[in-house]
Amino acid sequence: MSAPLPAGRALGAPLLAHDFEPTIFEFSAPGRHAASFRTTDLPTWTAEELVPQGFLQAESVALPEVSERDLVSHFTRLTHRQYSVDLGAYPLGSCTMKYNPKAADAGASLPGFTQVHPAAPATCTQGWLELLVELEEALCEITGMEAATLQPAAGAAGELTGLLLMRAYHSANGESERRRRVIIPDSAHGTNPASVTLSGYEVATVGTNARGGVDLDALRALLDDDVAGIMLTNPSTLGLFEEDIVEIAEAVHDVGGLLYYDGANLNAILGIVRPGDMGFDIVHLNVHKTFATPHGGGGPGAGPVAVCAKLAPFLPGPRPTRGEAGYELTTPEHSIGRVHSWHGNAVVLLRAWMYLRLNGGDGLKRVSEIAVLNANWFKERLRGTYDIAYDRPVMHECVVSAKSLHHDVGLSALDVAKRLMELGFHPPTVYFPLIVEEALMVEPTETESPQTLAALADAFVQVARESRDAGNADDAKAAPRTTPVGRLDDVRAARKLVVTFDQRRPD
Amino acid sequence: MLGFLGLDDLDGLFGEIPEALRLAEGLDLPPAMSEPDVAWRLDELASRNRPCGRDLVCFAGAGSYDHEIPAVVKAIASRSEFVTAYTPYQPEVSQGVLQAIFEYQTMIARLSGLEVANASLYDGAAALVEAVNLAVVATGHKRVLCSQGVHPHWRQQLETFSRGSGNEIDTVPLSGGVTSWDGIVDEGPFGAIVVAAPNFLGCLEDIASARAAADRFGARLVVCFDPVSAGLLQSPGSLGADVVVGEGQPFGTALGFGGPYLGLFACRLADVRRLPGRIVGETVDTGGRHAYVMTLRAREQDIRRERASSNVCTNQTLMAVTAAVHLSWLGPKGLRDVALGCARATRYTREALCSIDGVQLMTTAPVLREFAIRTPIAPEKLIESLVEDGYLAGVPIRAGFEGTAYHGGLLVSATERRTRSEIDGFAAAFEKAVR
Repeated sequence: MSAPLPAGRALGAPLLAHDFEPTIFEFSAPGRHAASFRTTDLPTWTAEELVPQGFLQAESVALPEVSERDLVSHFTRLTHRQYSVDLGAYPLGSCTMKYNPKAADAGASLPGFTQVHPAAPATCTQGWLELLVELEEALCEITGMEAATLQPAAGAAGELTGLLLMRAYHSANGESERRRRVIIPDSAHGTNPASVTLSGYEVATVGTNARGGVDLDALRALLDDDVAGIMLTNPSTLGLFEEDIVEIAEAVHDVGGLLYYDGANLNAILGIVRPGDMGFDIVHLNVHKTFATPHGGGGPGAGPVAVCAKLAPFLPGPRPTRGEAGYELTTPEHSIGRVHSWHGNAVVLLRAWMYLRLNGGDGLKRVSEIAVLNANWFKERLRGTYDIAYDRPVMHECVVSAKSLHHDVGLSALDVAKRLMELGFHPPTVYFPLIVEEALMVEPTETESPQTLAALADAFVQVARESRDAGNADDAKAAPRTTPVGRLDDVRAARKLVVTFDQRRPD
Repeated sequence: MLGFLGLDDLDGLFGEIPEALRLAEGLDLPPAMSEPDVAWRLDELASRNRPCGRDLVCFAGAGSYDHEIPAVVKAIASRSEFVTAYTPYQPEVSQGVLQAIFEYQTMIARLSGLEVANASLYDGAAALVEAVNLAVVATGHKRVLCSQGVHPHWRQQLETFSRGSGNEIDTVPLSGGVTSWDGIVDEGPFGAIVVAAPNFLGCLEDIASARAAADRFGARLVVCFDPVSAGLLQSPGSLGADVVVGEGQPFGTALGFGGPYLGLFACRLADVRRLPGRIVGETVDTGGRHAYVMTLRAREQDIRRERASSNVCTNQTLMAVTAAVHLSWLGPKGLRDVALGCARATRYTREALCSIDGVQLMTTAPVLREFAIRTPIAPEKLIESLVEDGYLAGVPIRAGFEGTAYHGGLLVSATERRTRSEIDGFAAAFEKAVR
């Protein structure tokens, strides 16, 4: 790290957009429009000739009336008020905001894929089906599972699907009534307990031991024949590998429960260790994390679910399979049914397929090695400046804490996050996991260069030093001042609820 | 970097993983390929698909429609600031996505005729599942009456997730292509009445009579609408819907083999605290400047955990932004032109096909952009045959209609993109195929 290479920062207000941008509705002028359509030469039947009068609307829906030019400039100005991975480091813990290769953008816009109708006969979709079968096989190899469904549209959809598979398995064994609890660690993502409730199970929470792992004694005390299974993230949301995983798996299996692997943190272990080899029975993957499909400002993602052999007959259907006369869609014998309108977020899955092909088996291992190297390096760079929640080697992310800063100079994790924006970086995840006070959860990912990591770490250190050593906590508390808007009034947003332009009222 | 950590090699990073679990051989996957090699292989796979276009003129619908997608929508929707951003948890650096969602929410509320809309769900089916959950929580009744006119895949998904939620779904059959609510003798109580308007068979449903049924049972009325129909028809909200859901794919999202699509979700202001997923609201910053932020966050899974009524986290924001751009491109006139164009092309196609010997319309109710016909040969066989002639003839009506008169029918749709010469060519090939 001795040769100082410059690191890019998204410093200052994004380009030209510091001022308020009106809504598209305020640009609207009667009679303007941008749309144009094919000339069809069809009879010009009127609405009244086509539809009985009673169904027809009295007036058109008030959509914006704008020219293409105004439309483009409005939305382009909005993009200038938006941070993104393409702009710089985005070290949100648990979110795996790695760079999204542009090759996948090109692949995802090939008409040979994007113009295929989902209900077209299999003879018209052989390329799609082959790609999806190849992807399923690769995901099974990576996770150590037997078969997978590609239907779930996101991680949470995968969780619920996995839990319904768990329920179907227990039902088939005549144990649906008895098994009603699913165990979740107190460090788990919020989607886990929410999914458990939606799958008809009760949540039983297990605590965390002094080393950041599942408290094995507490787990054993919870285990009984009314347990349907356990949901674990490994490495955990603390970024730590679950050292007792073999014992946990044995204990859960001993009472007839199943092990569910939340794949949110799979980026740490590709080609290193597989959930199946750890004893897991059900695995969901977040391709928008691990396999670099872009997050789209909150979605789309895809959350395939891979399972061991005994759960394969319950998988959702129809699913792409290899048949005698080519690829086809088939439904497993005891399928739980559909979990998506069609075949899943296919174009997102295509991007994942490309990422796997670009990296290959060895490349995936390298991905995890560098992700883990970066997180450990980052944690060590912050040692002495921030508190380290659990002082162990971490996997792909590290959880540090602003607890001492908060105690000593009143600087909270949120203040640190906001000041980081002024220094040109997107902040880490804050206040999660819930069991760590003033948590700052940093996931650098493997795609950031050493000089970017160094600049990011310097920024973290600067925030702490200027408030602690130089006695200037005001900068951080007033931050961010260089972004399109400053800190927001969340309470007002909820109290004076305005979620559409039509609810807007003058003060 | 390894030196800084006091490690000799990368392997040393994984010392906490029990040795016995470690993958000794590495993954059994093909080796890395160069970018052009991957692109070549992908192109090869693409060549084994038959995409819709000039060589396969699309008359298939069933929830996935071949609408115009202009260059401007593709250009804005592929801006990397929208594509590569995360969920806007840090609003100061996420105003672009937040404002675009706010504008989208406004448009969806206006289209549906209800007061509030969320920031999107996975697809139409997922939106329906969430709508039913909302209705059940709001009313305290777990029994649901769902019209058979709701897309069969959506009904299947409702069934799948009901095994977890414990909701009981009863199907109300169709007559003449539309739902009859009068014949129900079971007095409930029911949490939700679900109807699709227009429905899967293309027929216009009488939402007012569904509203009357909902009132009779004390249920919430959930309407699955085709948002394109908002170009011509009265909105479901104005006719009494409590929750409106739909598939937003027609607004700028490609057929894409079924995903990613866009789940539309709108409801009354009174139910806003039960709204699933994310919602963006207005506020001000410390300097009094106008700004946008995700609001009512206390409903969501990351805060409410096992007491949350939805587990939605990731949604389909990029498709929502795309829809906002597309709807702005359309404007009120464009949306009307699309709906009218679909209705005209569908009428012309229907008259052409129904004049062929042995082809019969299966429904009597008025239709908008889709219709169901009985054909002299099995629909699967007919579709395969017409693919050879360059037409995707439609979608077979099978699963979800077992034991009904509609089973074995063919669902045909024509969008504003279909021309007279395409339809004439299709009808001629159709006639030859069934002869």
